[in-house]
Amino acid sequence: MDKEPNIIAFCCHYCAFTAADLAGTMRQQYPTNIRIVRVPCSGKVDVNMILEAFVEGADGVMIGACEPGGCHFIQGNLRARKRVDYTKKLLEEVGVDPERLEMYYIAASQGPLFAQTSREFTERIKRIDAEKAKTVAQSQGTNGESV
Amino acid sequence: MIVAEQKPFDEIYERAKRHKKILLMGCGTCVTVCMAGGEKEVEILASQIRLAARERGDDITVEEHTITRQCDDEFFDEATARKVAEADALISMGCGVGVQFCAERFAEKTIYPALNTKFYGATVEQGVWSERCAGCGECIVDQFGGVCPIARCSKSLLNGPCGGSSDGKCEVDPEHIDCAWQLIYERMEKLGRLDELEENKPLKDWTHHRDGGPRTVTREDVKL
Amino acid sequence: MSEDTLKSGSRLERTLVAGEFAVTGELGPPKSADVEIIERKAGYLKGVVDAVNITDNQTAIVRMSSIAAGLLAMKHGLEPVIQITCRDRNRLAIQADVLGAYALGLRNILCLSGDHQCFGNHPTSKNVFDMDSIQLIGMLKGMRDDKVFACGDEIRNTKKQPVVEPRVFIGAAANPFGDPFAFRVIRLAKKVNAGADFIQTQCIYDMDRFKQWMEQVHNKGLHEQVYILAGITPLKSVRMAEYMRDNVAGLTVPDHIIERLKNAEDPKEEGQKIAVEQIQEIRETPGVSGVHIMAIEAEKTVAGLVEKAGLLPRPQ
Repeated sequence: MDKEPNIIAFCCHYCAFTAADLAGTMRQQYPTNIRIVRVPCSGKVDVNMILEAFVEGADGVMIGACEPGGCHFIQGNLRARKRVDYTKKLLEEVGVDPERLEMYYIAASQGPLFAQTSREFTERIKRIDAEKAKTVAQSQGTNGESV
Repeated sequence: MIVAEQKPFDEIYERAKRHKKILLMGCGTCVTVCMAGGEKEVEILASQIRLAARERGDDITVEEHTITRQCDDEFFDEATARKVAEADALISMGCGVGVQFCAERFAEKTIYPALNTKFYGATVEQGVWSERCAGCGECIVDQFGGVCPIARCSKSLLNGPCGGSSDGKCEVDPEHIDCAWQLIYERMEKLGRLDELEENKPLKDWTHHRDGGPRTVTREDVKL
Repeated sequence: MSEDTLKSGSRLERTLVAGEFAVTGELGPPKSADVEIIERKAGYLKGVVDAVNITDNQTAIVRMSSIAAGLLAMKHGLEPVIQITCRDRNRLAIQADVLGAYALGLRNILCLSGDHQCFGNHPTSKNVFDMDSIQLIGMLKGMRDDKVFACGDEIRNTKKQPVVEPRVFIGAAANPFGDPFAFRVIRLAKKVNAGADFIQTQCIYDMDRFKQWMEQVHNKGLHEQVYILAGITPLKSVRMAEYMRDNVAGLTVPDHIIERLKNAEDPKEEGQKIAVEQIQEIRETPGVSGVHIMAIEAEKTVAGLVEKAGLLPRPQ
């Protein structure tokens, strides 16, 4: 049974969110389980916000930002990058796969890229979920059954 | 200000999981500035504990609360006392002073420190805090152009430098530690007071430091 | 200075006061309670040097104490120079040790700051640094000449009993190549003002730079106030030379020396040759009163070196 993962996508207004909008207009298909949260800049996203998303039930969190050098607020995406890298470490400390968090650079005009990225990220989360389910099943499998 | 650093997560979690309901208490002063135990850090650590508990199948409820300063009795108000009473244990994200103040205030509650308190220091740039003062109790930095040899020389030499000063760096860690005596020399040179460094500074009176025992400062004129 | 005004009467002091070119060596105590090692090393150095430095937990690695090893070395016919660092002892312990050392017959003491404990085998220990080397020199001078402890008390057991002060010959180290370079001679002056009787420098390979330093020393008149012994460490190989050049703070090894070692058939012998030449140059440098040979873990080679330099026999 393929459960659709809950994915939160923090998208900056000037680039990634606009791209997501464009993807919709262009009828580019992307998974419906992705919930987009529009932020003025990817630099608004902070460590506590990302962790809270996971606590509240997100299976994956992606940040959509302007490309380096293209941030409307100059350095917001650079700060976001550092925070994402740091949060990955924090996730690892608590036993959550850091691959469940990712940062993507998507320019405003790249509707198709947004769609593609969303699809790929969803597949990644599904894969991680499946592997986790297997590991849990293996550790629970006692009674001498071969694993 | 006092600069502290968060303990490794596993060390904190090992204590948290001994209880069903814990209160994470942040401090709004020094540890907020050095980004170790302020309101945001409380949120982050709380999320981490919740995620870890979920992953490991532990049953832990985490409450969050931050007060202005944990080293001042007046900030432990009713609301704070109530939250502490409702918890099984308190994890203080204050410095060593704050943790002890909590322990004195809530003597029947188990209290854990979440931070390792390091030194008196300042923000050199965002994300970098550096030691400046050793609390020796008898400030003489003016004799050294404003650079404290007690706190910033690895050997606390008053008549430095030692033979391990090289390229302005301290042999203990040439990558990260400046030789304080190089700094003193340059500063005194700029001030035109190099001749003062030719005087032999006498033995230090360490009674003013914690070598004389834990210290207290009293002002009779302001006591109620 | 004459025989009557000798401060300690030690052999080292008498040699220097008489105007002889002094030779001192070094003996590292064992990292155990093994007395045979000391006996063996003492055997190599006996009659070859005027005095022998007995190191004090050098590079913060625990070894038999300098005073104990010094006493053992003395029993085997050597005159020790006890070393005291500021890293491991406070003013109480140091003054007690100085009284004890003097009581045991030890007469020369070298005052050092001490390598930080991070370099040794007990990096998690707490260091002391109650004082620095300059304050230490001053404290010993106060004990010897003012006959008082650092606190001002007289060095006498009771008011009725006699003052018995430690009459020691006080030494200090100097690094002609350390940083800040411009400050190095001032720091030497500070040590002399504090009461240093003799100085031993870090090992020298760059003779030109050493002579520059000696010029500054001359300009300040320091060579007349203190006996300066230049440090020499014979090189054993190209690797040793390169290691010292790259890893020892403030030490430079000129390229021409490394070239000589590279081209030599027997680098060890070439290293000895270079050392002999250096000793010769040092003897000809005005203001230098002797040489301090630090043959690290190579005490056996010192006799040959001193002989080739024409410095044997040592004056009685």
